[in-house]
Amino acid sequence: MNTPRTPGIVGDRLPGDELANNFSDLHAPLAGHEAAVAADRCYFCHDAPCVTACPTDIDIPLFIRQISTGTPHAAGKTIFDQNILGGMCARVCPTEDLCEQVCVREVAEGKPVEIGRLQRFATDSVMAQGTHPYTRATATGKTAAVVGAGPAGLACAHRLAMLGHSVDLYDGRPKAGGLNEYGIAAYKSTDGFAAAEVDWLLSVGGITLHTGKALGDDLSLDDLSEKADAVFLAVGLGGVNALGVEGGDKDGVEDAVSFIETLRQTDDLTTLPVGRNVVVIGGGMTAVDAAVQSKLLGADAVTIAYRRGRDAMSASRYEQDLAASHGVKLLFNVQPMAVHGNGAATDIEFEYTATQNGKLTGTGETVRLAADQVFRAIGQTLTSDGGLNLEGRKIAVSGRGRTSRTGVWAGGDCAAGGDDLTVTAVAEGRDAAMDIHATLMG
Amino acid sequence: MADLTTEFLGIKSPNPFWLASAPPTDKEYNVRRAFDAGWGGVVWKTLGEEGPPVVNVNGPRYGVIHGADRRVLGLNNIELITDRDLQTNLDEITRVKKDYPDHALIVSIMVPCEEGAWKAILPKVEATGADGIELNFGCPHGMSERGMGAAVGQVPEYIEMVTRWCKENYSKPVIVKLTPNITDIRKPAEAAKRGGADAVSLINTINSIVSVDLDSMSPHPSIDGKGTHGGYCGPAVKPICLSMVSEIARNPATAGLPMSGIGGVTTWRDAAEYITMGCGNVQVCTAAMTYGFKVVQEMISGLSEWMDEKGHTRIQDFMGAAVPNTTDWQYLNLNYIAKAQINQNDCIKCGRCYAACEDTSHQAIAMSADRTFSVVDEECVACNLCVEVCPVENCITMVPMDAGAVDPRTGKTVEEDYANWTTHPNNPSATAAE
Repeated sequence: MNTPRTPGIVGDRLPGDELANNFSDLHAPLAGHEAAVAADRCYFCHDAPCVTACPTDIDIPLFIRQISTGTPHAAGKTIFDQNILGGMCARVCPTEDLCEQVCVREVAEGKPVEIGRLQRFATDSVMAQGTHPYTRATATGKTAAVVGAGPAGLACAHRLAMLGHSVDLYDGRPKAGGLNEYGIAAYKSTDGFAAAEVDWLLSVGGITLHTGKALGDDLSLDDLSEKADAVFLAVGLGGVNALGVEGGDKDGVEDAVSFIETLRQTDDLTTLPVGRNVVVIGGGMTAVDAAVQSKLLGADAVTIAYRRGRDAMSASRYEQDLAASHGVKLLFNVQPMAVHGNGAATDIEFEYTATQNGKLTGTGETVRLAADQVFRAIGQTLTSDGGLNLEGRKIAVSGRGRTSRTGVWAGGDCAAGGDDLTVTAVAEGRDAAMDIHATLMG
Repeated sequence: MADLTTEFLGIKSPNPFWLASAPPTDKEYNVRRAFDAGWGGVVWKTLGEEGPPVVNVNGPRYGVIHGADRRVLGLNNIELITDRDLQTNLDEITRVKKDYPDHALIVSIMVPCEEGAWKAILPKVEATGADGIELNFGCPHGMSERGMGAAVGQVPEYIEMVTRWCKENYSKPVIVKLTPNITDIRKPAEAAKRGGADAVSLINTINSIVSVDLDSMSPHPSIDGKGTHGGYCGPAVKPICLSMVSEIARNPATAGLPMSGIGGVTTWRDAAEYITMGCGNVQVCTAAMTYGFKVVQEMISGLSEWMDEKGHTRIQDFMGAAVPNTTDWQYLNLNYIAKAQINQNDCIKCGRCYAACEDTSHQAIAMSADRTFSVVDEECVACNLCVEVCPVENCITMVPMDAGAVDPRTGKTVEEDYANWTTHPNNPSATAAE
């Protein structure tokens, strides 16, 4: 049995029962009584700000009223009509930046209606029925290829299947789900929820899942376009930006997304190694997820190092506080200079930064942190663009996800525009499906 | 510090908060707890005639209308009068009165509509030393089917007759409790007065079925698959009772008849309102049944604080103060013109005022792209709906227009003088103002 202070990158730092507790639900599901009390607080606003703030436009006042009148299945249906991944979004949405931020009770009392947890209550109640709430329209004879079985691809495939189209859904990994399965923090998707949600979603029928097929490696856009009447690309961002500093290739320097992916696919977390001193470089949700989970695995000291100030972090204040509450130290205005160590990392050296004339520059002052494990969480990149026009480093789209190539749509993180959020990806997949449908049936 | 003691029909009590004749006052144990908790008076749960007592159902007796957070808004019951032996009750009343001489103790009675029955029970009640009696002419279920309770209260002649028997056979004050299940509350009140009643108390419960169980298709509360109407009380009935109290207070035939107000008294404020409408005290049941006897502490402190703020030293100082301001619709001032005003600092932008006005009223609230809600004076008739649906109290208010200003809705100048429907040109039976 190791301890948090055991040197190096080792497993077994915490007992199994403590790990199980650490990785249980971040927000416990609402019991029936709690849901009733929470639902009573909704004012049923006119043209409600929460709906406007939701990328998928869920009719939040309506579903909450349906909960409060004792019809949670109807509430769930209201959610799924707009967002078929409403179950996952209830768990991972940064509601503090979306619906709950603009709730009038947040304005009035600093305490919003608990929309996220109520959404989970409603969607869980539907999924617990064990049946799928939607049926498919009469077969259209049209086919679609959806590449990438993450939130955008799943939402698109489901909507197309509902509309009567036949869908082939491809994903490069062994399992469908994308970041829901491989990316987000484990305590946001417990008990295999991501996989269960995929199974439930696919049970609508009409979707054939092909795993282990990635765009560029196993699939070409030309072939897909030839075989299918429409193609939707939702391949996400598979690459990770390099660190580009001296010693950046030493042992112990890893991608945060790989660490999270391994963690999500590890059944016995006592076997998962983690450093004694962990430093995560980055300022987004991935950085927070990697840092908090390192701490929960038993790392002794965990630091998030971000090159700008707190306000510039893309992780929400809520997420920053979540990290801090788990004992993660937040270090701002530092940029990595070098990773030191003889073969394996032992220290990381940062230079403090300042913004001058709108440009980030080093101040010359440096700081060294002990670091036997360093996670890069400095952004992901598109790995295969299929020869489509790009906007910045993402696939350029217009309207409801149309790319530069006729018959090819794109959405989710790989497409330009929109926040890189699960809920945004769902909206883009859904909307592209409606545009594909209109085009195919036109 | 205001003096809350009351002397109702000469019966002294430390405060105007009495417990109504109901389940909370069925036994010595409960009544002692009530007095110890601070209640000023108790009307003992209704006694029946000697002999085998009535029986109650052994299934659920209550049903409720809930508000948000399961607040009890309306309570329905199908319980009957006391199901305990008469002598047991009389012995307990005697003991309690002896131990609490400074608290009011009234005995509620319901026996068949025969003089002999009343003559039999009244001396026994008199012997307990209780301060007075209340005639239960209101119970709307069970007993009324046997010719008692509301069956008497719905026939003014019976009220007068029985009241007279009681006055002839009992030396202390007689209060007649009225049923609201009639068309004009003034008639039974007049009958009680003619019979010599010292006071009326109102209201007893209202006929009600609170809900239907959609699985069993039975009214709730359901007794083995069947339900029946019960008596409705609680905060939801307060407006009905307050109106009835006002009618008795304004009726020349009954004006000045002492009243005990019953119906949905939940806070000190409800009690104060009943007293301003002419009641000498109030009787409470549902609030106690919901929160326990301790709730009287808030009623006492709240009434005391408000009286101090207003400079009232005794209950009599404001008793009946709202009666002169209670009038018929036709006498309301039609030259009084107000407009809604939204305080933008308090507005939380929920838009309920907009939805209510736009969908169901006068399209007098405008909504901007940034969710600023403002009143359209050209359309506002000052209906008050926006005020009432706004979640933030006092965020929207009704502001009267000054005389001489032009109402943008009608284009007419606001008149200074009072003018009502009786002289309005649109009234076919208007009498020209002299």
